[in-house]
Formats: sequence, C-alpha cells, structure tokens
Amino acid sequence: MSNNLRFKTSKFIDETYRVSFKFNNKTYFGFKGDTLSSALLANGIHLVGRSFKYHRPRGIMTAGSEEPNAIIQLHDNTSRTEPNVRATEVEIYEGLVASSQNCWPSVNFDIGGINNLLSPILPAGFYYKTFMWPASFWKKYEYFIRKSAGLGKSPKVADPDIYEHNYIHCDVLVIGAGISGIMAAKMAAKNGFKTLLVDEKSYLGGSSIYDNSEFSKINNQITSSWLEKEINEISKLENLEIKTRTSVAAFHGYNFLLARENLTDHLPINQRENKVRQRLLKIRAKKVITATGSIERPLIFDNNDRPGILLSSAIKKYIDLYGVACGENNVLFTNNDTAYETAMSLIQRGIKINAIIDNREQIDSKISYEVEKNNIKIYKGYTVVDTYGYRRINKISIMKLSKDGQTVIGDKTKLNCDCLGISGGWTPAVHLFTQSGGKLKFRDEDQVFIPEVYPSDQISIGSCNGNFGLKEIVNNTIFSIKKFLDIENSEYKNIEIISGSNLSKRNIWLLPSDKSIGKTKSFIDYQNDATSKDIKLALREGFRSIEHVKRYTTTGMGTDQGKLGNMHALGIISETAGTKMGEHGTTTFRPPYTPLTFGTIVGRNVGEFFDIFRRTPIHDWHVANNAKFENVGQWKRAWYYPKNNENMHQAVQRESKAARDSAGILDASTLGKIDIQGTDASEFLNRVYTNAWSKLAVGKCRYGLMLNEDGMVYDDGVTTRLGENHYIMTTTTGGAANVLGKLEDYLQTEWPELDVYLSSVTDHYATISVCGPNSKKIVSKVIPDLDLSDEKFPHMSFKNAKIDNIRCRVMRISFTGEHSYEINIQANYGKSVWEKCMEAGKDFNITPYGTETMHLLRAEKGFIIVGQDTDATMTPIDLQMDWIVSKKKFDFIGKRSLYRSDTIREDRKQLVGLLTENPDDVLEEGAQIVADVKKTPIEMLGHVTSSYYSPNLKKSIALGVVKGGKNMLGQKLIISMENKNINVTVADPVFLDKEGERLNAKL
Amino acid sequence: MFLINCPFCGEREQSEFKAGGEAHIVRPKQPTELSDDEWAEYLFIRKNIKGVQFERWNHVHGCRKWFNMIRDTSNDQIKAVYKMGEKPPVK
Repeated sequence: MSNNLRFKTSKFIDETYRVSFKFNNKTYFGFKGDTLSSALLANGIHLVGRSFKYHRPRGIMTAGSEEPNAIIQLHDNTSRTEPNVRATEVEIYEGLVASSQNCWPSVNFDIGGINNLLSPILPAGFYYKTFMWPASFWKKYEYFIRKSAGLGKSPKVADPDIYEHNYIHCDVLVIGAGISGIMAAKMAAKNGFKTLLVDEKSYLGGSSIYDNSEFSKINNQITSSWLEKEINEISKLENLEIKTRTSVAAFHGYNFLLARENLTDHLPINQRENKVRQRLLKIRAKKVITATGSIERPLIFDNNDRPGILLSSAIKKYIDLYGVACGENNVLFTNNDTAYETAMSLIQRGIKINAIIDNREQIDSKISYEVEKNNIKIYKGYTVVDTYGYRRINKISIMKLSKDGQTVIGDKTKLNCDCLGISGGWTPAVHLFTQSGGKLKFRDEDQVFIPEVYPSDQISIGSCNGNFGLKEIVNNTIFSIKKFLDIENSEYKNIEIISGSNLSKRNIWLLPSDKSIGKTKSFIDYQNDATSKDIKLALREGFRSIEHVKRYTTTGMGTDQGKLGNMHALGIISETAGTKMGEHGTTTFRPPYTPLTFGTIVGRNVGEFFDIFRRTPIHDWHVANNAKFENVGQWKRAWYYPKNNENMHQAVQRESKAARDSAGILDASTLGKIDIQGTDASEFLNRVYTNAWSKLAVGKCRYGLMLNEDGMVYDDGVTTRLGENHYIMTTTTGGAANVLGKLEDYLQTEWPELDVYLSSVTDHYATISVCGPNSKKIVSKVIPDLDLSDEKFPHMSFKNAKIDNIRCRVMRISFTGEHSYEINIQANYGKSVWEKCMEAGKDFNITPYGTETMHLLRAEKGFIIVGQDTDATMTPIDLQMDWIVSKKKFDFIGKRSLYRSDTIREDRKQLVGLLTENPDDVLEEGAQIVADVKKTPIEMLGHVTSSYYSPNLKKSIALGVVKGGKNMLGQKLIISMENKNINVTVADPVFLDKEGERLNAKL
Repeated sequence: MFLINCPFCGEREQSEFKAGGEAHIVRPKQPTELSDDEWAEYLFIRKNIKGVQFERWNHVHGCRKWFNMIRDTSNDQIKAVYKMGEKPPVK
C-alpha cells in the first residue's frame, strides 16, 4: 500500500485534525473534511462492496449522491445501524464504524461470487421464469430467495435519534449551490426576495469551487477564487438563508418541496446527545430555481465495473477537493473534453497518466493541446474493449473504432493501469424538475433530455438545464434569472469568461467489442447488475415500453434509481429497436431523490404521538381501578375491569350479571354529541333520520337511525329535545366526526334555506350511565332534588338537574334493557360525579363495566351496533327494523333507495339471532354461516356479527346476517369452522325480556 | 400538494381540505317520483373527467365551509374557486 496518495494541496482538508475510523473491523486514519470514500481511497482502498446479483467486487465509482457501488452499512450492530449509505456522502468523524454489505464471509472473499460464474444461467427475468412452476412451490423457493436478496441489514431496535419537521415559506428557493445557484441566490436576495439556498453537500460552490485550472477563468481570476468571493458576499446577505447538508427529496405541485436537512451525521456519536439528527423541511416557495447540476455518464464496455474504475470527474474531485489520488498509474477513457480537465489536475500534481483513450478522431480544444504538450499519449478514435484484475483493475485492452463507431478494427493493445477514469459526457439532473410535473425534450446534438414545459412558477438553470460550458452557464444564468425574477439589476456586469474546453462529443451508447455481446458484461446499472445484454434480451423477448424493460431487467431500480445508467438503457433500446431517442420518453423519476430514513419521514410522530389517543374525563379513575382498555376510533375506552386475577371472560360475566341483578355503571363520555339549534331543527331531524321527529315533545328522547343516500345504515343514537328549537343528538363513538360532517354538508349544500346550527360538544360533557334494578335508588342519592317517579320521569325523557349546584342533564334512556339513567355533566366534573355514584352505589354492589359487557348486555336485547352488526350493505329492513322507518314522511336521506330493485330483494342478508345446539358453544365473530356442507362449492349464506356467552340467560347467544334470514326462524344452519361444524338454530334477535318488563318494572 | 384559495379563508395547504366529488349535482326535490334509473343516475353516476372538472371541496380543518372548485385533473391546475350557490366564473 502506498503512502503517496495524499497531496497537501487542498484547503478543504484539515491536516492538523486526524480522524480514526473503522472499516470492516480495521482501523484507518483520515482527516477532518474527508468523506468515507476519500479517506478509504487515501488508504489505497477501492474494493468496498459486492454487487447485488453476481457478487462481483465493486469499488468507489463517484464522489457524490449518484454513487451506485460504494453503499455501506454504518454503525454496525448498534441501534443506529443504517444500511445502504453512500460512502461518498458520509463525512468522517472520530470513531466512525462502517462495513461492506452483501458479502460473506468478507468483501475480499465472498462465497456469493459463485453467482458470477453462474451468470450465463442467470439472465434478466431469471427468477420470474424459473420459480413460476409449480406454483405451489413458490412458498419454498421464496424463503431461500429472500435470504439471498437484499443489500444491507435493517436495524432491529428502535431508532434512538430525534427527528423533526419544519415548515418554510419563502419567495425564492434555489436548489443547488453550484456556480449558477450561487449567482441566482445573490440576484434574488439582493433584489428583495426572501431567498432560501440549499445544497446537499457540506460546502458551497459545487464543482466550480475546486476548479483551479488556468484554463477556466472569470474576469481574469481563477474560477474557484472568483466563486469564493461570491460566496463570501452572499453569506452576509440578510434576505438569504443558506442550508448545507440539505438534500431536496421531492418537488411536488404548487411549488411544495420536501428536503432533508442533516444536522448531526457528521459529528462523533458522543456529540449527538439530545440533538435533532435530521429535519424534514416542508418548503412552500413562490418561485423555485432548480440548479441541481449534472451527473457524469459512464461508458458502457466489457467489464466496466472493476474496482479502480471511476468517473473522470470523481478522480478530479478527489485530487482537487480532498487531495487524494485514486491511482498511481492512470488511464482516462472519454468521448469529450471532461477527462482532459481531470488530466490537467493530475499533471499539476505530477501524478502519472499512462494514456488517454478518446472515442473522437478529432480533438480540437486548448485544454487537449495542453495535455498533449505534457507528453501524454492520446489514442484518438479508440475504445476500451476489456479490463483485467479481480479486486482492482490492473490492465485494459483497447482497439480502434470503425468510422461509424459500430465495430472495432485492427489489433488489440494492452495498457497497464491501476485506475481508469471514464467519461461519457453529462446528463442534466432533471429528476426534481420531472417530479414537479415538468415535460422534457430531447436535444439531439449532445443526446440529453432538458426541461421544456414548466408546470409551476419555476426555472432550471446551469447544467441541469443543459448548459455545460462555463461561459454558457454564467451567461444563461444571468439572462434567465433576470427574466424569471423580472428584475432590472442583474448584479453582474461585463463578465468575461475563458474556458479551455469545447463541447464536442462522440456519443456511442454501447461501445463495440471484439467479442459477441453474449460473452460480454457491460454494466448499465451497477447496483442491480443489469447489463446491455439484459436490455437486448428484453427487447428480443418483445418488451418495448421503457417502463416494462426497466422492471424486467431491474435497470434503474436500485437505491441509486439509475442515476448513472438510465440514459444508456434508453439509448440502447432506441438503437436496437430502431426508434428515435426521446420517443420512448424516460422512466418516471419518483421521490425521494436520495433515500430518506423512516425517522425523517415520521419526525416527532413516534411513540404515543404516532397515533394520538383521546381520554375521557374519567380516564384516570379507570386506570386507577385496573381497567383494561380498548381502542375505539381514537378513544381509549375501558374494556373491562378484572378483579383478583380474573381473565376477560370471567370479568365480563361478573360485570354483566351485576348490571342486571343490581347496578352497573358505564363511562359513555365517548359517544358523539352534537348540539342542534334553530327554528328548523325539527324539520332538519325529520330529513336526516328515518323516523318522525316533528311531534317529539320538549323533554323527550327518541332513538333515531340515519341512512346514507343509498339506503344503508350510517349511524344511530338517541336525540333529546331540550327546548322548542334545541336538540342534543348522540352518535356512535367512531361515527361522531363523520356524522357532523355529513349534516353540515346537507345543511350547506342541499338545504341552505333551513335555519339550523350545529356544534360538536362531544368533549364538553362527561356521560355516566347507571343501570340495573337499583339504579333509581343510587341516582336518587346522588341527585336528591330530582323526582325520579315514573310519572314525572318516565322512560325516554329528560330533566335538567343540579349536583352540588352544578347543572347537569339527566336522561332516562337505556342501551341495556334495564331501568337506567344517563347523567351528562360539564366534563371537568365527570370524575367527581362518577365517584359520587360509586359511593352512592356501594350498598348495591354497583359494578363498573366496560365496553365488552356493554356489548354483551345490548346483544341480549338484540340492539345493533352500527359497524359491527352492520356494514355498508345493510338497510333498516335488512336489520328487521322496519318499525323505525316512517311510511308517512315525504322524504328523508336514503328513503328512495329503500325500494330500489336491489334493496327489495327477499334474499338479501338479514339480521337474525343464532342459538347453538350446545348452549356452551360460543361462536366466533366473523365465522361463516352455511346450510349444506356436503354440496361443494359450499354456498356461504352469511356470517356471525356478534357472539357472547350470556350469564343472565346461561347460554351462548349470537347475532348474524343470513341470506333471506328473515323467513328462516327456527331453521337449522351450520357454522363452518376450521376443524368442526357447529349446529345453530335461527332465532329472534331479541333474546331477553322481549316485553320490556325489566325496563318498565316499578322500582 | 395543492395550495387552495378557500373563498372564506384565503390560501391554505391542501391538507386542510377534503375533496367531495363532482359539483353541481342537485339532490332531486321529489326522489319518490323518480324511476330506479333516474335515482341511480343521481346516486351513482359521476363524470370523472380527464381535463377541466367541477368539484366540491370542504375546508374541513378550517372554516368547515363547502365550496366549489374548477380543476384540470390532467395537470392539477386550479382554475377557480367559488362559493356554494354561485355560478361558475368560467365555463
């Protein structure tokens, strides 16, 4: 290993600050300012991973977020472990731990490498084709395939870091702080626009900030020096906020963007305590300037994936920005002038260049002449046909290209090298532009897609707009931004630019080889191991759509989303299919631009904030009294209250019996409550409920059923007339918000002439229901002033009352079939009134019961629960609730639908009671109901909707829906379970006290 | 995500709103007079246009008012918003 790979010329590296880190369990050193990839290269390490399918050795290929190969596992075996991190983006810190992925036992010797030798039998679509048959075997194959698939390891424990979300509103958002982004931000901010400039890197200036060449000058200053002064100037502007390490992930419609701001990933672990790791920025910008630059294209030739093969611009960046040489004996392979800029950077530091291979016959630029002057051998009109070396490139062979570039001619020449820089020109980074809905056009001259139609107030500038030369970039930026922002003063006058490079290029998507294509491995998608051979196979098999080819070959489907190779895939498709480039369009670029961790996406919405829950005013009492809770919508409702190690069944049996034998108490605060006022309130209720409301006297309560316009049951509950023009409606717990929304909708859009006002008061009252034969005695102790006699306070009526001088509403209504009272009191007093009831009921064994007992008690009475015994296909007629549907009313929501040809069918599923042959057999809710198990296929008649063991009836009871069930009373049916059939008889759904004796008993 | 100009509150994020389907479908005054087909037409049949569409929206996490919107479904451009009961400002 050489020690001469680090050159002391970069001001971006702090050589006084040595940083140690571990890679694959070995300790290395780098400097502050290094990325993991630059530090590894400085240590002579190229081989960092194995490819996905063939397990081929892979090295660092780029120096940015487009990296396909150098994806590593960070923080191995800790709670922070993170897979698929691009080594090119990780800034090193003291104590960093990283390791290679997708290899075993080690990256140097990987058993999976056998796949490379098997590659002739692993073509595109191999898994689809091979594991199709027999279909039932998939379950067996899957286990092994899943085991061998996947790159990194996902974390096994909760993420210890903190994340958050931030909203940002700005006049102008500039994405990308390269030279054009910096200029645009300055123009915007100086002209009074509130501007935000973001860049994914830790520094500003893009690739121009390390452009120290004599051949690229602005106003007679070296580009990097000129740009430094610009950055210095804008960092003082008040109107401008700059965020580095901030990567825009998504560009949505109406200039809404999501960006990830990285705050602590560059810090040693012990400095991250209690700090926010990443922020998801939700940016709404009036105007967006996209200056995301471009990505260098690789070249597609046989074995173009060996460690030591890098993009030529990456080699330049490593030497100019990090002071690291990628090799000691370099060869550059190019079809344009970019590689000559790299060559000059290497020459300046005296690093050996063995040769430059150029596809072009004619090269006519200042910079190429300068390179030639330095005695570098340039092979003009040549191409690389093969490379050699297993864990690191050591040789290449080259041949002359034919005139048309379709074949190779002449003899093969071999050249030694330990690093090969490749350059196939540049691809504008139009990902964000297309995400926003922008339409691209194809430019034939240099074979690039560039923005054409902007869907919102935005513009693309610089090389992401297809402006590649320095002169073009600077001049176009000034011109476009002036127009885009409609400003007089551009801040830039008489800019003079010198550039040594030309824009000429000889584009050949798939370079020819002396071998047949079947014998080559020319990688297009490095991460997913998709080769040109795979693309051609897909075309031969009849695929034409780029979206199909992509999915069949997996080209562009890795974590890098094909940032490097997608263009070549398109090029090869159009060449092979004989169509014009651009006609196939491109594949869809989807957010995020680079992967986001789940932590960033959810922000603070974790733990109890993931799905917030609502507590009743009496919640603390339930907790203190050992309640088990059940989620109902967003509410936590007391489910049952186990005593002395009771299980749920035992607790519910005890609670149910106590409620009927003496007294039970239920927290019903979660029921939706809507206050309805206005001179047309009665008329309104007439229209929304199926039954009649005009004649309900003040002080009376009535049960109502609400339908959808399609006739299906939507909600139910008791509504009380509090005054002439004042009602309070109760809804189901889960339906409260939707019912209010539906009522508002009708009032605002269909019946605006009605004088009705709605307010949700669900949270304003605590509701306590006391039931059972002793309920009257208990309530009379709690509210002694209230006359509870049947004459003064009959069933289905309401009274205003006071408890300790606090006003409350008391309704005599019942969901259990028992004599019962519902006390509604301002929420803050809920718990104390509950405790009062408990105290008053002490002598009567008052028993708190939860939702499970409530369900059991109402099922004994055959009362439905909307959403449990109904779904969106049940009419009131199906529920055998014809009694609640008014025949006289002219109209109500859903009325017309009750006699559509479908809703009057006799064989609809209808609600019935079910009694088991063996009274101890309790059915499973959801179980299928059938009549004949001998005739296959077995006809399914319906299913069980509610089922309990009733301690009061001492037998199993159930409700269910059965086709034509209404006319099946007494008929035998079968509940078909996995390993037995249970015989049942269709019964009346009211199992207990059909005559209502308990309700009306004189107490 | 749209930026919606609620006719009562002004510009707000789309996340504050709820879409409510096609606009200008009036509930029949006398549903009982309608045939099954006519009632089904009101109940189930919607245009679902690719292009300019008239829609109902509700500022559900704001003023809770319903209003109408003219939107091009092919590119999500909102052409206009107007109150319930008002005539569409563009054809």
